[in-house]
Amino acid sequence: MTIWDLLIREILHRKLNFALGVLSVMVASGSLVGAVTLLRIHDIRTNQLLEQKQAELARQMAQLQDDTRKAMLKLGFNVVILPKDQNLSDWYAEDYASKYMPEEYVDRLAKSGAVTVRHLLPSLQQKIEWPERKRKIILIGARGEVPELHKNPVQPLVQPVPQGTISLGYELHRSMDIKVGDKVELMGRSFAVHACHKERGDKDDITAWIYLAEAQELLNKPGLINAILALECLCVGEEGLPLIRKEIATILDDKIQVIERGSEVIARAEARIKVEEQARASIQQEKDARENLRAVRERFASILTPVVVTACAIWIAVLGFTNVRARRGEIGILRALGVCSRRILVMFLSRHVLVGALGGALGFAAGVLAAVYFTAAREGTQIRVIDTGLPWAGLLVLSVAGAAALAVIAGWIPTVVAARQDPAEVLREE
Amino acid sequence: MLEFENVSRWFNGTQGKVTALESVSFSVQRGELLAVRGPSGCGKTTLLLAAGGLLRPSSGQISLDGQDPYQLNPEQRSQLRARMIGFVFQQFHLIPYLTVRQNILAAALAVPGKEAGTRASYLIKQFGLDARAEHVPAQLSTGERQRTALARALLNEPKIILADEPTGNLDEDNARTVFGYLSQYVNDGGCVLLVTHDAQAAAHATRTLQMSQGQLVE
Repeated sequence: MTIWDLLIREILHRKLNFALGVLSVMVASGSLVGAVTLLRIHDIRTNQLLEQKQAELARQMAQLQDDTRKAMLKLGFNVVILPKDQNLSDWYAEDYASKYMPEEYVDRLAKSGAVTVRHLLPSLQQKIEWPERKRKIILIGARGEVPELHKNPVQPLVQPVPQGTISLGYELHRSMDIKVGDKVELMGRSFAVHACHKERGDKDDITAWIYLAEAQELLNKPGLINAILALECLCVGEEGLPLIRKEIATILDDKIQVIERGSEVIARAEARIKVEEQARASIQQEKDARENLRAVRERFASILTPVVVTACAIWIAVLGFTNVRARRGEIGILRALGVCSRRILVMFLSRHVLVGALGGALGFAAGVLAAVYFTAAREGTQIRVIDTGLPWAGLLVLSVAGAAALAVIAGWIPTVVAARQDPAEVLREE
Repeated sequence: MLEFENVSRWFNGTQGKVTALESVSFSVQRGELLAVRGPSGCGKTTLLLAAGGLLRPSSGQISLDGQDPYQLNPEQRSQLRARMIGFVFQQFHLIPYLTVRQNILAAALAVPGKEAGTRASYLIKQFGLDARAEHVPAQLSTGERQRTALARALLNEPKIILADEPTGNLDEDNARTVFGYLSQYVNDGGCVLLVTHDAQAAAHATRTLQMSQGQLVE
């Protein structure tokens, strides 16, 4: 017979007292572990939600990016390549360049192997007085698309004006009653009317197109052009235009400037940015809401847990006193048999350690499971215990050791009372 | 073996000083069963607890086998009690959740030894408790309980047994049996201090002292 045998047999004899002690420690430990696990699951759930939102945003952005790319594939960037020294204010005001650059530039671009540039249309434009008809027109000399030799042939966007012919804008042919096939004189040279365009409602309606070389001759600008229209330049994304600019500038020794025309693609890109900004704001809002919820839960746990632990500690102390009271006679006879008060102390403390350790282990399991199932029921999460990534071994040891310490502290006074009990008094009373 | 010299013990209660023992002097030797007889409340139990090192006298001196137990520290006094004294009480004071064997072995908690089990088996047999060895006190008759308490008191082979009304709850046959064991113990060289109010019980003693109002009277 040892003090441990006595301890175990006493526990088996007073099962209810022991079970109530274990239960109270379990509640205390469970509330603490549950709070820790709950907050951990909250963090995981927050990450999951934010990751889902991020993924959704990424998917939306990819879709928009794809839409933009497709739009660009259809539309491309339309850019105008102008001489470097062209004043842009004048260009915007007149809508044609007053400075010139060599026609050879367009050939250089076509042969350069530039990736971004498609549909090159060199032109020489000038507002002139049509002497034979006494009216101002815009004369454009164009030679059609310059084929890019390194690429597969593409369908030309603009059909060239054949040599010796002229194409007229709507206002010109309508007001002068000119028809396709008619002969017209322009600056002393005869041209057959190749095309009469439909009404466009812009300066094209007062524009006459002739073959580039003939325009150079008429305007006395041999080998010169003042603009190259590059249509449907391919470069996907927001960085498209700078890349196009960079590539063209490199090929043409930085002697030109590149102006973007047509805003549809940019508008789409801007819309995409807007959508992204809104989505990011929504994610931030969700993040803030989750942080607020966490703060509320943390505050709740920080109040509830100490209250529960204190209540349980008081309950353990009450159970301890009850146990000591019930064992007065036993303590008296053990003392009479020569068992010293220190061993009585050890016996009672060991009981508290057992109550604490068992309650701590059970509370650990109960706390973790309760937190997992509570969150699952409340938020519909599918987070498994193993997924919480908590340091289980450490938490279990902490829970068991902490609970044992709690039980010992709570049971200390009744234990000391038991150890200090005067055996003579007990035996006389009994 | 046990000697009281002018031992007094008083208590300070709500109604003032209450004297339980007053200048008590006596001695009891090996091979002697000394009965201290007196009415209830005359101080018999106080005398027994003081003799057992459980209640320090207010004055006077107690000597147990030549040693004053109250000169020892509490731990040493516990050891002295475990090795030298066996207690038997009227209420038996058996531990309710232990079997007869375990109750007897409880005396070995303070003096652990390999022979405790063998000795317990011997006492169980000697006291006729074989059939009850694995029963708890609630399943025993009063006679069996007192025999268990007596066996527990004898486990560590004490030099003296302090018995407080050991037959107070027993019928005549069981009382005779208990005194038979105590007489056997005395004959084997032990010594017994018995306090009782019962004249028949005192009749088994080798010597009897009369006690009244805390004093020994002739």
